[in-house]
Amino acid sequence: MSSALLSVENAVVDLPTPRGNLRAVDHVDLAVGAGRTLGIVGESGCGKTMLSRAVLQLLPKKAKLSGRVMFDGQDLTTLSAEKLRKLRGRSLAVVFQDPMTSLNPVLTIGTQLIETIQEHLELDLAEARQRSIELLAAVGIPAPEQRLAQYPHQLSGGMRQRVAIAVALSCEPKLLIADEPTTALDVTIQAQILDLLAREQQRRHMAMIIITHDLGVVAGRTDEVAVMYAGRVVERAPTPALFKQMRMPYTEALLAALPKLDVAPHTPLPAISGRPPDPTRPLKGCSFSPRCRYSAGRCASEKPQLCSAETPEHLYACFHPIAARVGA
Amino acid sequence: MMLQAAPNPLMKVENLVVEYSVGGKTIHAVSDVSLEIARGETLGLVGESGCGKSTLGRAVLQLRQAVSGKVLFDGHDLTTLKGEALRQMRRRVQLIFQDPIASLNPRRRIGDIVAEPLVIAGVKDPDERRRRVAEVLSAVGLDPTLVSGRLPHEFSGGQCQRICIARSLVLNPEFVICDEPVSALDVSIRAQILNLLEEMKARYGLTLLFIAHDLAVVKAVSDRVAVMYLGRLCEVGPSEQLFARPAHPYTALLIEAIPVPDPDVRPTQSVPVGEPPSPIAPPSGCRFRTRCPRADARCASEVPELRLVATGQFAACHHPLI
Repeated sequence: MSSALLSVENAVVDLPTPRGNLRAVDHVDLAVGAGRTLGIVGESGCGKTMLSRAVLQLLPKKAKLSGRVMFDGQDLTTLSAEKLRKLRGRSLAVVFQDPMTSLNPVLTIGTQLIETIQEHLELDLAEARQRSIELLAAVGIPAPEQRLAQYPHQLSGGMRQRVAIAVALSCEPKLLIADEPTTALDVTIQAQILDLLAREQQRRHMAMIIITHDLGVVAGRTDEVAVMYAGRVVERAPTPALFKQMRMPYTEALLAALPKLDVAPHTPLPAISGRPPDPTRPLKGCSFSPRCRYSAGRCASEKPQLCSAETPEHLYACFHPIAARVGA
Repeated sequence: MMLQAAPNPLMKVENLVVEYSVGGKTIHAVSDVSLEIARGETLGLVGESGCGKSTLGRAVLQLRQAVSGKVLFDGHDLTTLKGEALRQMRRRVQLIFQDPIASLNPRRRIGDIVAEPLVIAGVKDPDERRRRVAEVLSAVGLDPTLVSGRLPHEFSGGQCQRICIARSLVLNPEFVICDEPVSALDVSIRAQILNLLEEMKARYGLTLLFIAHDLAVVKAVSDRVAVMYLGRLCEVGPSEQLFARPAHPYTALLIEAIPVPDPDVRPTQSVPVGEPPSPIAPPSGCRFRTRCPRADARCASEVPELRLVATGQFAACHHPLI
């Protein structure tokens, strides 16, 4: 893992709440190599966003992080605020779900781009402005020169997300974290934004983490996928291997519960019964066991650890993995 | 226009026009839409945000006044009804919203929330109200003795949507408009709620107008699907047929844009189709023409009418794909 651009080692994020300690991220290990894409998939509250905040060192003030976040040879958990500020936006960039909240509504698009560029790169105003125009053109914004003078509210949601991506790309980051980048967008726009991210990732040979609740978004666009449930990574594998043979019952159930276009109308969906456990009341055994149809024996009393199957890259945390069942 | 779903549709929308005025400008939210929904049928209504699908749903319920057109429910034109007559008719038509948590008053107990429609409808006997509330809560999979005294914040999003569904059913309606009922819910919960809606439809003999932006979700529950773009209907047809052989280029684009959870299906490079134009100044002729690969001069000058393209399938396009 030492060759990885980013490696998260044994990360734990605890959030104090009035109802007790909430373990948002529970002993997570992850790694992303330079120029690779990782998809983190999970439902709301599974800890995927907290994990990305831990990487960015943007956790809520009350949150407690333990473990290491190694990025480009440095442990981010030990860096000073000043050093982190220099790093974020420069080599570590992020695109959030809602472009309206990540762009400043009272500054023009141009100001926001030029400010970011001048903060991190030694360019004069004319150069920064030229670079901004190139960036807006690269992310597919028509008439980029005129856009510099516009405010975020004058753009559509899709255009705003393109601007947010332009800001994120402005200093040639080594790693881009896209947190539900298309969830707020319409489906025809979503496809365009995902294509744009994939294209820029390839062109710039940048590493990327796509965080999403949609298995469809990661399927064709990532090298590796990590599935999270109740704060833990429950399955991790190269994308083709994962979709070819899911081992963790949760991953399988999540995919099965998606309505699909090739299924006849009024076919009952294989729903997952119940709901995720209360994160302030951690379960002793496997967090998915109360909802799992394969749950048996020690599932309720013992926590399965991530272990590998036939290939060392395919990891899952399950005592009764799929395909290892007898007679199934 | 031949849009006959059945000889005696429960809901019939005729040439409905809804416009908003914003800052002196007119937003053409729904332009000349006609639809029929047969008794016992589920009609799915899909389209992207701002296409007018929610406005159409609200205009059907008379929560939004139409500029012109008719909404015939069981033969009565709702647009001409007022006061008590409209209230009586509304008992038979209910609405479920997208955000289940925001749809429940945080200070009221679940039992009271679900009983509210009965109070408004004038059911005076508290025992009768309690009985009905208990019945619908059990029907949606909640234990009335456990949930009636609790407050909305004690429930998850999926459970709140169950409560909203119970409330919509307590008056025994015939027609329910579901406006994005599962888009705020997680995948694992979404499937539960979709299955529940299907069960409730069968149990109470409901007719549904199911509004959503997600084609796969719409297909899962709908007998027929109507596709809307910038205030106009593009295409209407039986679900399976429409998804297997879309006639309107916009329907085809929507289907193509869905991310498929299969890494062997390489995402088709999205056609550079741009973004929907503003509903304040919709394009002349066919409103989709600015993003359509098949558009020509005729599309700019002539509004395409919905025409029969296959059995039961209608498309408003000068150059349909079939």
